[in-house]
This record gives sequence, structure tokens and C-alpha cells, in this order.
Amino acid sequence: MASIDEIKEISTRIKRDIIQLTSANTGHPGGAIGAADIIAELYFSRLRHDPSNPNWEDRDRFVLSNGHLCTALYSAMARSGYFELSELQTFRKIDSRLQGHPSKHDLPGLETSSGPLGQGLSIANGMALSNRLRNSDAKVYCLVGDGEIQEGQIWEAAMTSSHYNLDNLALIINWNDIQIDGHVKDVMNIEPIAEKFSAFGWNTIEIDGHNVREIKDAFDSFENHRGAPTAIVAKTVIGKGVSYMEHEPIWHGKAPSSDEAKQALDEIGPSRFGEDLIFQ
Amino acid sequence: MGKILSGREGFGQALLEMGSENEKIVALCADLAESVKVHFFAEKFPERYFQIGIAEQDMIGTAAGLALSGYIPFATTYAVFAANRANEQIRLAACYNQANVKIAVSHAGLTTGEDGATHQALEDIASMRAMPEMTVIVPADANEAYEATRASAELDGPVYLRLGRTPVPTVTKGYGKYKIGKARKVSDGKDVTLIACGIMVEKAIVASEMLAQEGINAAVVDMHTIKPIDEEMIIKQAEETGCIVTAEEHSIIGGLGGAVAEVVSENCPVPLVRVGTKDTFGESGPPEELLKKYGLTSENIVEAAKRAMSRKKVNV
Ligand SMILES: Cc1ncc(C[n+]2csc(CCOP(=O)(O)OP(=O)(O)O)c2C)c(N)n1
Repeated sequence: MASIDEIKEISTRIKRDIIQLTSANTGHPGGAIGAADIIAELYFSRLRHDPSNPNWEDRDRFVLSNGHLCTALYSAMARSGYFELSELQTFRKIDSRLQGHPSKHDLPGLETSSGPLGQGLSIANGMALSNRLRNSDAKVYCLVGDGEIQEGQIWEAAMTSSHYNLDNLALIINWNDIQIDGHVKDVMNIEPIAEKFSAFGWNTIEIDGHNVREIKDAFDSFENHRGAPTAIVAKTVIGKGVSYMEHEPIWHGKAPSSDEAKQALDEIGPSRFGEDLIFQ
Repeated sequence: MGKILSGREGFGQALLEMGSENEKIVALCADLAESVKVHFFAEKFPERYFQIGIAEQDMIGTAAGLALSGYIPFATTYAVFAANRANEQIRLAACYNQANVKIAVSHAGLTTGEDGATHQALEDIASMRAMPEMTVIVPADANEAYEATRASAELDGPVYLRLGRTPVPTVTKGYGKYKIGKARKVSDGKDVTLIACGIMVEKAIVASEMLAQEGINAAVVDMHTIKPIDEEMIIKQAEETGCIVTAEEHSIIGGLGGAVAEVVSENCPVPLVRVGTKDTFGESGPPEELLKKYGLTSENIVEAAKRAMSRKKVNV
């Protein structure tokens, strides 16, 4: 299991990749940067997985329900060995395996296609039920956006996870209070989030989604909790570490210009994990 | 050719104007206000604008409720999230209720571009067309989207208005009064008829010019209403030109090509070739490159026209 400092270095690397990728090829930088700490912990510390054998039956699975955050996922996958780093630069280009939103049939290692919001938790439930049927101790992690949980299907699925006591499933809610048309509170309020999941019968944990200690503790507590699914409500900041992106809805889906990208990389700072991407 | 604008821009303009003219007009959105160009209306008429959040099924139901209480709601989102995600809500709440709901969607088809297959609706015309009560309109450009938006507000009943994301040349200026269900003849011809909808109308016009250079005289029809389809126009063209090509930014299954094939085979069987996506999802990429890769260019229409002509029983 990677240390807190190691996860921070990896997360910095993922954030740098996200800036480089979206600046070169468009996409959604803000939410992805905000979730980088959580995804770093998952791919480099938490998931029991084997990038050289992505279809291993007993792997832990990560379901990215909010598919527009895929730059964070592609970076974590490339950096953990699912595919060559050089492939990252094909993101959003024609004939690429790295589609604008995840395409499972193109890229081994993706657990599902996503992009259309609200579907991931149901799929994760199916995987968690299957693990139980097969007597596998593998776990399922699912990440959703806070705006995303406005979709009714999320709450249908939340009932299912709880009804079947899926304690092998953790849902992480990326609570940055941002969606496309503004702040989630103003667009369609979803609060109180933790109380809703508690009322649905979930084990609910609230954390600062940028505090790696808290992220690790939350996953530890999930692993030790029996009898109910765990919801981790992670308070995050969109574009965390990039001053002009933080708290700004516009950075949900806007690509940084080359000047903006340079400033972002300066502010995010260097990483001791891996090298910057080189675009041909 | 005219100004380069997207269909959604024509829609946004028409909705804004209608807001001042008719206080029964209301609008709903599911967290995509600017993308669908409903933000102009939202800023001017905040009390008649309802942001529903990322909850398209709820949005369609709410729109139906407003319609059943006398308002004329325009529910807006991307094509996939209406036609696909909220399909059954559209069926029951809007169509079966005969509710006066207008569903205006952008980001239809491959030209949605880099977002990729998940966001590129290529089967929405088929599913919307199969719904009883539904009117399905696919405007060619911003001008026709403007006209169609206004016309759909005047029609009593559910309408699916399919708008593009990518700016395209305006071709329909000066076509005369727009009427739902009445196709527009762009040009006459005797060898083959190119029937197109959406952004493929412009591509069909260019194709007819390319064909003309080879001495082939192609008629072009802008079939902006897919349902009710203009049977009279199709039959007349089949009889006059003896073969037909359809072109749409949609699967060849069940869309414009399907609708025209149904009319042709029942009334006036002639060779027909459908240009559209071939039972496949799209992918990420620049719109024009995608159109090329998936066979939706003027060159593809030219080739289809030649194929259709070669199959005529009595060759000219
Ligand atoms: C079903 C569906 N409706 C609409 C969209 C368009 N869309 C993409 S991202 C997004 C906002 C998502 O908000 P949130 O989940 O809070 O993610 P964040 O902005 O924090 O990255 C919307 C509405 C979609 N992808 N899927």
C-alpha cells in the first residue's frame, strides 16, 4: 500500500496529465483534477488489480459512473501499466481507444462504458452481487458526480445496494458543488447528501476528498464494515490546485489554452512520480 | 450558401422571440442550458424557465404536466438523453396523453464530435418515429430550425425537434413558407432524387452539383419532417426519377431511409439506396472526419446515386 506522500506525488502526476491531455485535445479538466487524489489512492493503493491481466476474475473493480472524468482514469491506467503512456495523446482523436467518454469495448481495463450519467451504481451493484454469488472477496468501487445524483436511477440503485446489503461495494460521491449550469445547490439541490444515504440504509462517511489520510481511513472503514454498502461523501474542489479553476463551473468542460495550461502546471507543481507527457 | 450557424442557434432565437409573443410558452432544461441554447429564454423569462437538473425522465414528466395544464413546454437536452434515456416517459406522459410537449434536442448524430459514441444519437429518429402521436422534425440548418420551432409551437401535440450541434451553411433561406409535413423541393431533376434531412441536405445539394458535372440530373428534396412523412412528394419523385437516395445523420435503420423505403415499397417500388450510419455506434473525432469515416459525405451520396441509377429496370 502506497504511503500518503507517495499518493500525493502520484496525484500530482495525474493532475499534470489531465492538464496536458485536455489542453491538447479538449475534454473535462475540472472534475477530473478534483478527483485525482481519490483515483490515485484507488489505482495505486487500494484496488487489487493486475494491469497485465485486466480480465482477472477476482480483481477489484472501479466503475467510473461520471464518465466525463475519464482523463483522470486514463492517466491512472496508463501510469499503472494498462497501456503505453504514448497512447494518452490519442485521447478524443479519431480511431483512438481513449474515447471522449469511456468505451469498454475499445479499452481493456475499463469496467463499463459511461458518460450518460446516472447508470454506474446499478452496474456496480450487479458486479457486487456477482462477487457474492461467486464467493469472491473482490470489491467494487464506484465514483459518481454530485450533480449526477440528481438522476433518479442513482436512488433506485441506492435502494438495491442497501436491500442486498452489498458491503462489498463503496460509492464515492465527488461533492464539488459544481455541474454544468452552475453550483449544484442552485441548479437542483441535492443536500443533505450523507443523510440521504444514511436514510437509505448505507454506512455513510464524510471526508475531505483532498486529504489522503482521510481517503485512506474511509476506505479502511469500508473494508471493515459488514452488512451494508458504504457511501463516502468526499468534499472536493473542482480544479483543485489550479487557482483559476477552483470553484468555477466553467471549468467543468472547458479545455485550458496553452498559456492557461502552463500556469496550471506551474501551480500544480512538479511530481517525483514519472515524467511529463511528450506530445508528438 | 448562407451563414454558417448550428440548428440549435435557430431554435434558441425562435424560442426567445416566442417567449414575448405567447405567455403560454415555457421551457425546461436538464443542466445543459447553454448547450441547447435555451439560456437566452431563461435569462429573459426566468419565471417561465424550469431548471430540472440532471434528471431527464423527470423533465419530460414535468413538461407533460405543464402541457396538460395548458402551457406549451419546450423540454431541452441532448438527443440521447431525451429519446433514449426518457423514452418511456415520452411514450406515456407525452404521447399517450396527447400532451402538447415539445422536445427540442441538440447534439444529435456524429457531428456531436469529440464527446464520442455515448453522446451521438444515431437511433433517435427511429424510436421517436415509432411513437404514436409524435411529430418528428429534423431541420437542415439554423434558418429551418427557427421556422420549425415556431411551427411546432403552433401544432397541438408532441413534437421531437432534432437539432445539430455543429454550425453548417444555411441553405434554406428563400425556400418559401415552412410547413410541418410538407417536404421542400430544393431542385428538380430527372435521373435520381436525393432525399435528405438535417445537415445532409447541404451535402445532398453539393452532391447534386457534383453529379451535374458528370451529366447526371439529380433532384434534391429537403425532407425536414420525418413524421408525418410527405408521401405525396416521395411518390411523385419516385415516378419522375425512377430511383431514390436517402441521406441522414442517423442509422440507416428506421430513420429517414426507413420511412422513405416504407412509402416507396408500398406505393411505387423503385431502387433505393440509403446513406447513413450502418448499424454502428460512432466515436470521438472532429465532425468532418467522422462524417468521412462513417460514409456521410457528398461523395458517398454521389456514389449511392450512381448505384441507385444502375439498378433502374429501364435504364436511360
Ligand atoms: C444523462 C445525462 N444527462 C446530461 C449529461 C450532460 N452532462 C455531462 S456532465 C454534466 C454535469 C455533471 O455534473 P457533476 O456530476 O456534478 O460532475 P462535475 O461537474 O462535478 O464534474 C452533464 C449535465 C450527461 N452526460 N448525461
